[in-house]
Amino acid sequence: MGEEIKVIVFKLGTEEYGIEVDKVQTIERMMPITRVPKTYAFVKGVINLRGVVIPVIDLRGRFGLAEVEPTDQTRIIIVAVSDMQVGFIVDSASDVIDLNTDDIDSPPEVVGGIKAKYLRGVARVGEERLLVMLNLSEVLNKSEIIQLEGLED
Amino acid sequence: MDMNQYLTMFIDESNDHLQSLNENMLQLENNPDDLGIVQVIFRSAHTLKGMAATMGFEDLASLTHQMENVLDLVRNEKLTMQDYIFDTLFKSLDALESMVQDITSGGDGKSDVSSIVAALQSIVRGENPAQQAQTGEGQGADQGSASQPGITLDEFQYSVLEQSISEGHKVLYIQVTLREDCQLKAVRAYMVFEALERSGEIVKTHPDVQDIEQGEFDRVFSLYYITQREAADIESQILGVSEIETAQVVSLDHETLQQMVQQAAAALETVKPEAQQPAAAASAPSAPESKSTPAAAKEAKAPARSGGANPSRTIRVDIERLDVLMNLFSELLIDRVRLEQLASEAQNQELTDTVEHMSRVSSDLQNIVLKLRMVPVDTVFNRFPRMVRDLAKTLDKKIDLIITGADTELDRTVIDEIGDPLVHLLRNSADHGIEPVADRIAAGKPETGTVHLRAFHSGNNVFIEIEDDGRGIYREKILQNALKKGVVTESEAESMSDEEVHQLLFAPGFSTAEKISDVSGRGVGLDVVKSKIVSLGGNVTIYSTPGKGTNFSVQLPLTLSIIAAMLIKMGSEKYAIPLSSIVETAVIKRGHVKNVHGSRMVHFRDSMIPIISLSKVFEVPDFDDEQEEETEIVVIRKGDRLAALAIDDFIGQSEIVIKNLGKYLPAIQGISGATILGDGQVALIIDANAFIK
Repeated sequence: MGEEIKVIVFKLGTEEYGIEVDKVQTIERMMPITRVPKTYAFVKGVINLRGVVIPVIDLRGRFGLAEVEPTDQTRIIIVAVSDMQVGFIVDSASDVIDLNTDDIDSPPEVVGGIKAKYLRGVARVGEERLLVMLNLSEVLNKSEIIQLEGLED
Repeated sequence: MDMNQYLTMFIDESNDHLQSLNENMLQLENNPDDLGIVQVIFRSAHTLKGMAATMGFEDLASLTHQMENVLDLVRNEKLTMQDYIFDTLFKSLDALESMVQDITSGGDGKSDVSSIVAALQSIVRGENPAQQAQTGEGQGADQGSASQPGITLDEFQYSVLEQSISEGHKVLYIQVTLREDCQLKAVRAYMVFEALERSGEIVKTHPDVQDIEQGEFDRVFSLYYITQREAADIESQILGVSEIETAQVVSLDHETLQQMVQQAAAALETVKPEAQQPAAAASAPSAPESKSTPAAAKEAKAPARSGGANPSRTIRVDIERLDVLMNLFSELLIDRVRLEQLASEAQNQELTDTVEHMSRVSSDLQNIVLKLRMVPVDTVFNRFPRMVRDLAKTLDKKIDLIITGADTELDRTVIDEIGDPLVHLLRNSADHGIEPVADRIAAGKPETGTVHLRAFHSGNNVFIEIEDDGRGIYREKILQNALKKGVVTESEAESMSDEEVHQLLFAPGFSTAEKISDVSGRGVGLDVVKSKIVSLGGNVTIYSTPGKGTNFSVQLPLTLSIIAAMLIKMGSEKYAIPLSSIVETAVIKRGHVKNVHGSRMVHFRDSMIPIISLSKVFEVPDFDDEQEEETEIVVIRKGDRLAALAIDDFIGQSEIVIKNLGKYLPAIQGISGATILGDGQVALIIDANAFIK
């Protein structure tokens, strides 16, 4: 038997993604972001979250998807993984659902243009919905980013 | 019994005592005949022994016990201090230190000290076999009852009494004689004490409280007493106790107190040569220190508490609490700036007044909070005399370390980090700077080399200088070496200024020492020193005159958390530049910017300095200084070099709280951190040092 987990559901384009609730600190509306020069292109800058300066990355940019202008649906999901706090800009954050870890299947090679290594798996919710579970520590893995950037240069 | 709650206290106090032992031993080495220092050392060792025994650290206790034996002989002039005794004692101190460290890191403080103990014992035996039995009793001798009149006071007790007199309390000298047929001496004495403690404080008794309470005294005992009541009152109160023959109560003022103390000391002097009671001297000064006599300890401390006698009373606070306080205060500061902004927008006089008042209060509060985190550099410096002494011995050189400005204060975080770099620089001076004795004589210098360690304030910075009068730095030697190692090319070498050549010493993998020694010269180090200091927001500069000496000057920021900064605008973006790196601000005409060798320079106060376009470096989207007819510039400094940053506009000066950018982002060239402005937005802090190569 797998365990029951709670998952925050957010959208990038038409796909729905999930992050375990205990990794999420808060979800914020879009707020002013201070640009940080000379860093990765997908790092949008830093925000002031109640006195703490937190870097914000555009999750679309991180996954190599086309970036879009923010709307009133746009949210910043603040996650905390291994002492790091980072904000993810997502198209919208809609739902919290319960999930059994047994329902998570290992991911196919590429989902919506995102490499499998960033994914923990794909969960089937109800009849129609598919939820892509993110592997946060890989998404925030910096050594891999450095390689990526190195290729681009 | 659960000792855990006392353990941290034990560790703190042990470290204090070890430190004072080290310091005093060094002093003693310079004046081996000063018995006053021996007394102080003895007391520290004795206290340490008592604490260790109480806490059950037997090895620690037995080693201190042996040290005490040696010191006891010295103190009683049965043994003169000699080099090998110093060495053995220093070795013992090292062993003690490592044991305390072991305890600190959770160990049981056990260590094989038998060889040192044997060495100490042989000193005791070898020098004075006749006294061995006597000193062997060690602490036992302390308890011995002495019968000479008068009470010797230690400095602390004396100052307590002095202060009490000054503050208008009555200080009484009381001598109580029991009746000859008194059966229960201890009980009567106890009753007298009880009666006295109801209306005052007993500072010191003779014999010791412990001895009196065990009845180990003749018919007479005497004491110093602080009270508000009349002498006659006290006298009748004592006589109210049964079986008291007489109670002699003398009220003391400054003069008579001094006389009494002198008499007591003189009496002690006359007793000592007879050597009948060598322990008498010990019993008086060491008793109040001893933790095993809680009564005595309490009496010694109580008046200090009530009379406010000790001017620098301190409490130990967990550093984490101070960090929390600092963080909370930072939050407050951000809100303050925000309030100031709102008040100026609202244009409500009462609101403005209140906010202004709050601003004043909070800047006072800020000073205090920052001060709380300030620690005198002495806490780092205090281990250096010992280190330099050992270094000099190893290197067979003669070195005097002269410390000035040890009371200069620095932020706790800086203090914690600065120790190792300083150790390295001192070792460097001792090893490479100061020449061997023969060379010094040949060069016509005094055979003892001098290393100055100075700390002082200057503006928002603290400078720590390590200056030796040694051989200095020879440009050619460095350049030869640098060429050999491929750090510079020959054409570069020729055009380098002395300052630039000196900076080569900090290049990674660079070492000029011709032979590699134990002490320094492995080619790692100076570059680590430099990067450590830079990471603290500081800088190192070398001034050297060949043949005369070298000065390493370390510049450090006063604090790491709140700084004064100039806020500037770049289009819609705001940045902060620390005031400490700004020389001045100006406005220049575009036509004044010249192209020199492909880099843009600008005339500034009789010299040409490079001008850097901040908008280009930071790729600012909505501002470009090239488009402007007149450009605002900020002239920044790193060491002796200047550069100008072209910016859009000045906003003003402000106190900012430094925040880091979070762990996710890698280090960004030119940005040292971020701060939160009054409007809640984040502004990046510019690291001016990064713009000057």
